[in-house]
Amino acid sequence: MRLPIYTAAFTGLMASPALAADLELSLEIPRLTVAEYHRPYVAVWIENPDKTAVKTLAVWYDVKLKNQEGQKWLKDMRQWWRRAGRDMSLPADGISAATRAPGRHQVVFKGGASPLGNLPAGQYNLVVEAAREVGGVEVLRAPFQWPPKARAVSSAKGSSELGAMSVTVKP
Amino acid sequence: MTQIRRGALAALSIAAALAVPAAANAHRQWLLPSATVLSGNDPWITVDAAVSNDLFYFDHVPMRLDGISVIAPDGSKGEIKNGATGKYRSTFDVQLSQPGTYKITNVSDGVGASYKQGGEQKRWRGSAADLATAIPKDATDVKVTENSRRLEVFATRGSPTKEALKITGKGLELEPVTHPNDLVASEPATFKLVIDGKPAANVEVEVVAGGNRYRGSTTELKLKTDAQGAFTVKWPEAGMYWLEASVRGGQSSIPGAERSAAYVTTLEVLPD
Repeated sequence: MRLPIYTAAFTGLMASPALAADLELSLEIPRLTVAEYHRPYVAVWIENPDKTAVKTLAVWYDVKLKNQEGQKWLKDMRQWWRRAGRDMSLPADGISAATRAPGRHQVVFKGGASPLGNLPAGQYNLVVEAAREVGGVEVLRAPFQWPPKARAVSSAKGSSELGAMSVTVKP
Repeated sequence: MTQIRRGALAALSIAAALAVPAAANAHRQWLLPSATVLSGNDPWITVDAAVSNDLFYFDHVPMRLDGISVIAPDGSKGEIKNGATGKYRSTFDVQLSQPGTYKITNVSDGVGASYKQGGEQKRWRGSAADLATAIPKDATDVKVTENSRRLEVFATRGSPTKEALKITGKGLELEPVTHPNDLVASEPATFKLVIDGKPAANVEVEVVAGGNRYRGSTTELKLKTDAQGAFTVKWPEAGMYWLEASVRGGQSSIPGAERSAAYVTTLEVLPD
């Protein structure tokens, strides 16, 4: 009986560096030459390979409008809304934030810390959905393995509402 | 029935007299919600209500709003606001003040009778309560039909809920397996038809896509319920769909009467 206990303890020890692992998103919001431009609403979430949502990491929307009026258009991020958003209570600490300007954005989610928390080991997609007022909707997915054994990068490229996206995981 | 489509009634009666199947009388009744999936803490929807051939274009007669009722997510009675009836359509608003799924219905029950009096063919329409006094004592060849018709649409603020979807057990109704506000083009949806709360087996269901004005043809699906009253719709694409089913025969609450029950809904299928 000693060996299994020892193994469990050993695995536990091995898990701590994994908890400290990072998930880094680099996302480009393209500059668009349009008559009426509004910054897009963006949702970032983790999904299983079967597309069921695991957790929402970020929702960028008009958080400052009076009476939470900015939430009226959250449903325009259709995939996120159906799979996760409609069951959430917003605003949510560490998840909801203001919309972002065109340009490249870097966001780091730390393993073990909110909002990423302790993600069970497995294969996932990081999903980004952008919906723009008087504009369109675009969804990008980049796969990643958790916890990472070594630094790994995967990427996707948008064609309308999103530019380049890359996901870097590192132990 | 009489309250909804007076203009179409004559056509209906003639169709019945000629024994033309109900589906051949093309005027369709419909409710069209401005949105079915909503977010935020105070969303409203506005609903068009009309009778027309083409979906969803108002070019024939408006639907009367007398029979419209709203069931809130907690099962309580909601209300319509800003109701108005124009030449071709009626319109009203519903404020989704509770989170969850709202059901908006227009239920009509009526009785139609045909009879001969002194060799002359006559017709009457009205309520079951007035039937006894409406038919003259010397009438012959009396034929009575009890008609019930239920139109429904659904709209959800936040997560879809099921309380408002509960069936009443009266007439032809839709019992969702797939939630009616959780429809996307890539996923088939399953529903059950029930008549007086029991499975309506072997019933034809017609599903028609809206927007035919800008297409060369009309997208129509003909489906049939199975022994459990269930049927599955594979959506050709995202859009608004009109769904109708009707049942003839069966148990009428009026002795000797034939029974006709219909169900109509409008479903929004979103892109993935």
